[in-house]
Amino acid sequence: MKKTGLKTNDLILQTITKIVLFIVIIFSFHLFFAGHNAPGGGFIGGLITSGAIVLLLIAFDVKTVKAILPINYVKVAAFGLLIAILSGIGSFLFGVPFLSHTHGHVHIPVLGDTHLATAVIFDLGVYFVVVGVTMTIIQTIGETE
Amino acid sequence: MNNNIIILPIIIPMITAVLLIFFNKQEKVQKYLSAVSSVINIGISVFLVHYVHTNGIISLEVGDWKAPFGIVLVADMYAILLVLTANIIVFACLLFSYKIVDYNRSKFFYYSGVMFLLTGVSGAFLTGDLFNLFVFYEVMLMSSYFLIVHGNSKPQLRETIKYILVNVISSALFVISVAFLYAVTGTLNMADLSLRVAELGSSGIIAAISIMYLIVFGLKGAIFPLFFWMPGSYQAPPAAVTALFGALLTKVGVYSITRVFTLIFLQDIAFTHTFIAWLAVLTIIFGVIGAISFSDIKQIVIYNILTGVGVILFGVSTMTESGLEGSVYYMIHDMIIKGLLFLLVGIVFSITGTTNLDKFSGLIKKYPTLGWMFFIAALALAGIPPLSGFIGKLKIVQGGFEQGEFVLAFAVLLSSLLVLYSVMKIFINGFWGEEKIPQVLETSQVKSLYVPAAFLLALSLFYGLGTEFISSYIKQAEQVLLSPDLYIEAVLKE
Amino acid sequence: MEIVTSIVAGILFMTATYLMLSKSLLRIIIGTGLLSHGAHLLILTMGGLKRGTVPLLDEHAASYVDPLPQALILTAIVISFGVTAFFLVLAYRSYQELGTDDMDQLRGNDQK
Repeated sequence: MKKTGLKTNDLILQTITKIVLFIVIIFSFHLFFAGHNAPGGGFIGGLITSGAIVLLLIAFDVKTVKAILPINYVKVAAFGLLIAILSGIGSFLFGVPFLSHTHGHVHIPVLGDTHLATAVIFDLGVYFVVVGVTMTIIQTIGETE
Repeated sequence: MNNNIIILPIIIPMITAVLLIFFNKQEKVQKYLSAVSSVINIGISVFLVHYVHTNGIISLEVGDWKAPFGIVLVADMYAILLVLTANIIVFACLLFSYKIVDYNRSKFFYYSGVMFLLTGVSGAFLTGDLFNLFVFYEVMLMSSYFLIVHGNSKPQLRETIKYILVNVISSALFVISVAFLYAVTGTLNMADLSLRVAELGSSGIIAAISIMYLIVFGLKGAIFPLFFWMPGSYQAPPAAVTALFGALLTKVGVYSITRVFTLIFLQDIAFTHTFIAWLAVLTIIFGVIGAISFSDIKQIVIYNILTGVGVILFGVSTMTESGLEGSVYYMIHDMIIKGLLFLLVGIVFSITGTTNLDKFSGLIKKYPTLGWMFFIAALALAGIPPLSGFIGKLKIVQGGFEQGEFVLAFAVLLSSLLVLYSVMKIFINGFWGEEKIPQVLETSQVKSLYVPAAFLLALSLFYGLGTEFISSYIKQAEQVLLSPDLYIEAVLKE
Repeated sequence: MEIVTSIVAGILFMTATYLMLSKSLLRIIIGTGLLSHGAHLLILTMGGLKRGTVPLLDEHAASYVDPLPQALILTAIVISFGVTAFFLVLAYRSYQELGTDDMDQLRGNDQK
C-alpha cells in the first residue's frame, strides 16, 4: 500500500472477507472435485483458491497474510508438478502407457459408494501448480510496492 | 511391449528440475543431482538409439488414447539422435556452469531452468502431434525467457523484452496455423496429417498453410529474413546459456521445419522446397556477412549459427537421399560445434573480461591449449576434412548438384571459405600477435573450464573421424525422412 | 455465425497489431494478450461452430460438439496466461532497473 495521509477505512471489506473467504474456498473445492464429469477441475479450482488468497491480500496487507499463511508459493508449484509427474509414473508400475487413467467405484464406510478416478491425482497436481504460480506472480509484483 | 521408455528423456529432466526447486539453497545437491540426472539421461538416450536401430521406429500412445485421436510420442532415428546430442550438450554446459555460476545465481533456480529447457527440447524432438509440439515449444521458450534474463543485468532485461515479444507473436502465429490446418484436415497427428494432406492433393490452401508453418518455425530457427532478433538476444546472457541456446533452440526450429516439410507438406515440392532452398542460401549469405563484419567474437559465432541453419535447410530442401543424409550429419555436427565454440568464447571472456577483438590479443602464449582447441574447432566448423563438418557439407552439396541447383550449391561451398575466414580472424587477431590481456584470471582457475570444452571437442573429432561407425545410424534417420510411409506405419500401425 | 467470429478475431488481431506498434511497454503487453485472444477465437471458429451438448459420459444427445478445439484453447489460454504474467513481471522489473518503459529508449545493444 502506498503511504498516504489518509487513513483507509476498510472495515466493511475486512469483515466481509472473513466470511466470504471460506465460501469461496469451499466453492473452489467443489469445482475441483466436480471436474471429472462436469465443468470444473484443477485449473479452475486453483484459480479460485488463489482468488481467495488475493482477496485476503486486498483486505489485509502483505505482512498480515504472510503471518497467516507462511507458505513459499514456488515450492507449492513445484510440489504440484511433482504430484502430476508421479501420477504419470504410476503407469510404469502397471505396464500401461504413460498417463493412462482408470476409475472405479469404491465403497467407503461413511460416504457410501464413491466414484474415484486416478485423473484426480493429476488434477490435484494441477491445482497446486496453479495456486503456486499465480500467487508467486502476484506476490512478486505486489511485494515491491 | 509397452514403449513407455520414450517418455523417460522428457520426464527425467522434469523431475530433476522440480527436485532442484526444493533444494535451491543447497549448492552441492544442485550440482550433483543435475549431473547425475544428466548422465542417466545420456545413458537412456544411448539405449534408445540402439533400440531404435535394431527395432525400428517406436511410438507411445500417451494415456492409452488411440493414435490419430490422442497424443503420440514417436522416436524415430533422427529424433532420438538429436535427443542424445541435446543431452550431451546440456551435460557439457552443466559442467561449465558449475565453475562460472555462483551461489547467488544457482539459488534462483538456474539449474532448474536448464533442466526445464532440456524437457522442452527433448519433448519437441519426440512428439508426433502438432499441438503437442506447440506445448513443448512453450515449455522450452518459458525456460529460455527465464535463463536469458537470469542475472538481471541491464542489457539482459532489455534484450529479454524484445526476445519475449518476438516469441509471443510467433507462438500466436503457431496457434493460428494449427487452427487453419485443423479446419482443413480435422486432425493434428502428424502421421494422420500426412495422409489427409496427401488426399487433398496440391491445393493453394495447403501451400499457404505450409508457408505459415515455415514462418513460425523460421522465427524460432532464425532463417532469413526472420533472424533479426537473434544477435541481440544471444549476446546478452552468459556463455553457458548462449551455448545452450545456440546449440539447441534454433536447431529445434530447424528440426520442426525438416519434420513438417518431409512428412506433411509434400504436395507442392516445386514451389515450397525451392522457396526453402532460396531462403536457406540467403540465410547463409547474411550469416556470413554478419560473421565477417563484426569484431566481437561472440557476435561472430552467433552469425555462424545462421550459416549452419542455412546449410542444414538447404540439404532438406533438395529432398534427395544424399541431401537429407547430409542435413542429418550436419545438424548433429552443428549442435556439437556451436556448443563448443560458445564455451570457448566463454573461456576467453572469463580470461579477458571482454569479447571484443580490439581489446585483446596474443592469448596463445599463456593459454596454448585453448588456442589449439579453438583452432581445431574453427577448422571443424568450416568443414575441413577429415573433421566433423566435412561429410555433412559434402553430402548436402552433392544433393544440391543432383537436384540441378548449381548456383545455390556453389553458394553453400563458397560460404565454407568465408566461414573459415571469419573464425580465423578470431584466431589471428585474438590468439596471435603481441600479448595484450586486459584482466588475467589465475591460470589454474581457467584450466578447470577446459574440461567441458575438451569433452565436446573430443566428441566432434570422434564424429568426424568415426563417420564409418555412425553412418548406419544416420542412414536410418535419413530413410525415414525420405519415405514418410515408414513413419506413418509406425504411428498408425495399419 | 462463423463469419461474425472470424470478423471479431480479425478486429482483435488489428487492435493487437496497433497496440504492439506503440512505444509504451504496457500497451505492447496488452497487445500480445489481445493477439492470443484472437488466436484462441480463431481455433474455436476453425473447429466449426454448432449447437450440441458436451461430449461427456453422462450426457446423451442427438449431436455433440467437437471437444478438441476447446481442449486446444484451454491449453493455449493457460500458456498465454503464464507468458503474459511473466512478461508483466519482467516489464515491471525492467522499469525499476532501466527507469523507462519507452521502447525508443530500449533500442539497440551495447556495441558500436
